[in-house]
Amino acid sequence: MAVVTTLDEIVAAVASAHDAKTPLRIRGGGSKDFYGGMLAGDVLDVAGHRGIVAYEPTELFVTARCGTPLSEIEATLAERGQMLAFEPPRFGAATAGGCVAAGLSGPRRQQAGAVRDFVLGVRLVDGAGQALSFGGQVMKNVAGYDVSRLIAGSMGTLGVIAEVTLKVLPRPVAETTLVFEMTAEDALARLNAWGGQPLPVSGSFWHAGRLWLRLSGARAAVEAARGRLGGEIAVDAEKHWISVREQTHAAFAGEVLWRVALPPTAALAGFDPPSAIEWGGALRWHTGVQDAVRGAAARAGGHAVLYRAPESLRCREGAFAPLSPALLALHRRLKKGFDPRGILNPGRLYAEF
Amino acid sequence: MNAMTTPDPGFATDRAALAAALAAILPARCLLVDEEDLRPYECDGLTAYRELPMAVCLPESEGQVVDILRTCHRLRVPVVARGAGTGLSGGAMPHAQGVVLSLARFNRILHVDRASRTAVVQPGVRNLAVSEAAAPFGLYYAPDPSSQIACTLGGNVAENSGGVHCLKYGLTVHNVLRIRVVSIEGEVFEIGSGAPDAPGYDLLALLIGSEGMLGVVTEVTVKLVPKPELAQVVMASFDDVARAGDAVAAIIAAGIIPAGLEMMDKPATAAVEPFVKAGYDLEAEAILLCESDGTPEEVAEEIVRVTEVLTASGARDIRVSQSEAERLRFWAGRKAAFPAVGRITPDYYCMDGTIPRRRLAEMLSAIAAMERKYGLRCANVFHAGDGNLHPLIMYDMAKPGEWERAEAFGAGILELSVALGGSITGEHGVGVEKINQMCVQYTTSELEAFHRVKAAFDERGLLNPGKAVPSLHRCAEYGRMHVHRGDLKFPELERF
Repeated sequence: MAVVTTLDEIVAAVASAHDAKTPLRIRGGGSKDFYGGMLAGDVLDVAGHRGIVAYEPTELFVTARCGTPLSEIEATLAERGQMLAFEPPRFGAATAGGCVAAGLSGPRRQQAGAVRDFVLGVRLVDGAGQALSFGGQVMKNVAGYDVSRLIAGSMGTLGVIAEVTLKVLPRPVAETTLVFEMTAEDALARLNAWGGQPLPVSGSFWHAGRLWLRLSGARAAVEAARGRLGGEIAVDAEKHWISVREQTHAAFAGEVLWRVALPPTAALAGFDPPSAIEWGGALRWHTGVQDAVRGAAARAGGHAVLYRAPESLRCREGAFAPLSPALLALHRRLKKGFDPRGILNPGRLYAEF
Repeated sequence: MNAMTTPDPGFATDRAALAAALAAILPARCLLVDEEDLRPYECDGLTAYRELPMAVCLPESEGQVVDILRTCHRLRVPVVARGAGTGLSGGAMPHAQGVVLSLARFNRILHVDRASRTAVVQPGVRNLAVSEAAAPFGLYYAPDPSSQIACTLGGNVAENSGGVHCLKYGLTVHNVLRIRVVSIEGEVFEIGSGAPDAPGYDLLALLIGSEGMLGVVTEVTVKLVPKPELAQVVMASFDDVARAGDAVAAIIAAGIIPAGLEMMDKPATAAVEPFVKAGYDLEAEAILLCESDGTPEEVAEEIVRVTEVLTASGARDIRVSQSEAERLRFWAGRKAAFPAVGRITPDYYCMDGTIPRRRLAEMLSAIAAMERKYGLRCANVFHAGDGNLHPLIMYDMAKPGEWERAEAFGAGILELSVALGGSITGEHGVGVEKINQMCVQYTTSELEAFHRVKAAFDERGLLNPGKAVPSLHRCAEYGRMHVHRGDLKFPELERF
């Protein structure tokens, strides 16, 4: 295991692994070891490369080193009334680098966008040990390919993220959560109907006959929507949304958990009943072994991730839906361009590279 | 004024063989080879760069696109994809040894789906046509580049186009869900989907804004959003540009993300007011336009807060639009800034740098110093909300030395944008225009990484060669070697 605390040390560690062709397993807070493909290689512990490098509330960005805990970043933003609007899960010790590498977003994604929508820039150490910068600290930048967004969700396979710049947004002035009793079918229909109207819906979560709907925005907008939508005001709403973000809610329990991303209007038919529905209908969670879920998701225009499972099952099924041969070939060429010897998180995205 | 008349040593296209190969796969109505037919394609919105291609293909089906690309790949012929040709950086300028692949006939809206709030369109569909088709459902397509009545979705994808409302609603990359792409080898890829994400790398993010260097788009699925019920704009004038910049920061610091936040300096308002009679305060050093949209209650609440912040920031005058007609009039001057400046000077040169907003006063005083240094005037219009500055450098092409001074002035602004922590281009793209400044913004190893990305898609370098990412050789040569740019084509289009 190598412990690195500076950019120079990351560069040196990757360069020597490149020379020796030693696979590296990049580790920040270690909060998402359960996610993705099998873990392989010598641990490169980057958690010590931490700290907020720049935060400009009026420029709407924060730049942090990869090992900075999300909790520290969000506490700093909260002091100025701002937030990471994609509401990433923390799973305890999650860091800025791991957050971008895994690309996971929380309930507010349906209103604000995903991690990749908020990545403005990255400082990256590629598989040859070169420090590279892409993007920057400005909202609009179309010079060169958008490599920083490509890095979001790449599971550390294209480079060691040393530093990231994220767009931040003001926290909403007002927030209310409504609860409705309804079936999954009704929830899906209502969520899609509401999605087509100018309503400030910032989170939705259906589980076991109940739909929680979070409204965020200007006070007047939240009040007006509340009047129109009905439902009961939820108690302990903040705790509820944290349990959804952190997946400590009972809906996510079980040894095997599938994450199914679909067009929001995709029918429930063809799938076993979901344990939970989020993101206005576009994200559905299924528990237990589901042999047919990948095929059903593909037919419905989406994909299924084997999100959490025992190693044997993950090994057999692969964490992520397989790519077409043409797309797989393209992925391999991109991988080779950034990591010529294939030393960075091998197999963490797909077993093939 | 041909900027690139030297034949590229990497390509040696046999004109007759190319014409014969294309004629074998395309009906006559889809192929142009005669000089008078090729002439309209010699440039895009950046007219100073002109080049005649060897052929123009106007395919009508994806199968024809595949055949054209396969043929060009086999014959090692460069291919430049083209939408409406309204781009401002020469991204669609033809290659002298190559083919222009026009997507103009891919002009159908295939499907507007009210329930899932998406539209599937062909790349030659005009930006505004998407919103028009979605309007009956109370929906619209958010990115609104100033050329939206003419520019096409394929071009928007290639350039990652923005617009006045992108601070709140995002760029093209935030509003496109899926594309179909044909590779140079003729392979068809589906990238993204109607679902919120897709397996593997985020190739959608990589392809959007890739300036036609990685593939040819044949279909686009866009996200539609509910149309806000109301929009209102606050116009504030300031005695001091720095104070206006501080007011922008104060609005953001107050937790407000306006639908639009624009600034114009005194030379800009002086140029537009006689032209559009928007009622701008001509004594002010800067004016700000701040738009609020949403439900009537929401807009009323935000306007009160914005007005408070602007008052506290020292605005000398504040007006709130009281009707849709007045809102449009307040905007009219901003939207007419480019043609208005075009009326008071024989030529102007529009820049597109982005800077951190807090460096605005610094940038504007540097621009004022450059005006003295180069003996040229400059009006500044600014997407203040997202730090995207469009200085309009005024010059006269007919006067010896003026263009050279203007281009040195422009290069100075772009290089200062990078030095201040910004970028050489916020929304117009690198194209051929800013390719030398890429050498300033990126290191050799970063440019090499871009070339490896390119090679992963297009090993032979046939798609839009010479654009977007400079060769290392070119950067080595770039000292003070600058290239030309000039007048705007499409003078009738709003440019902001």
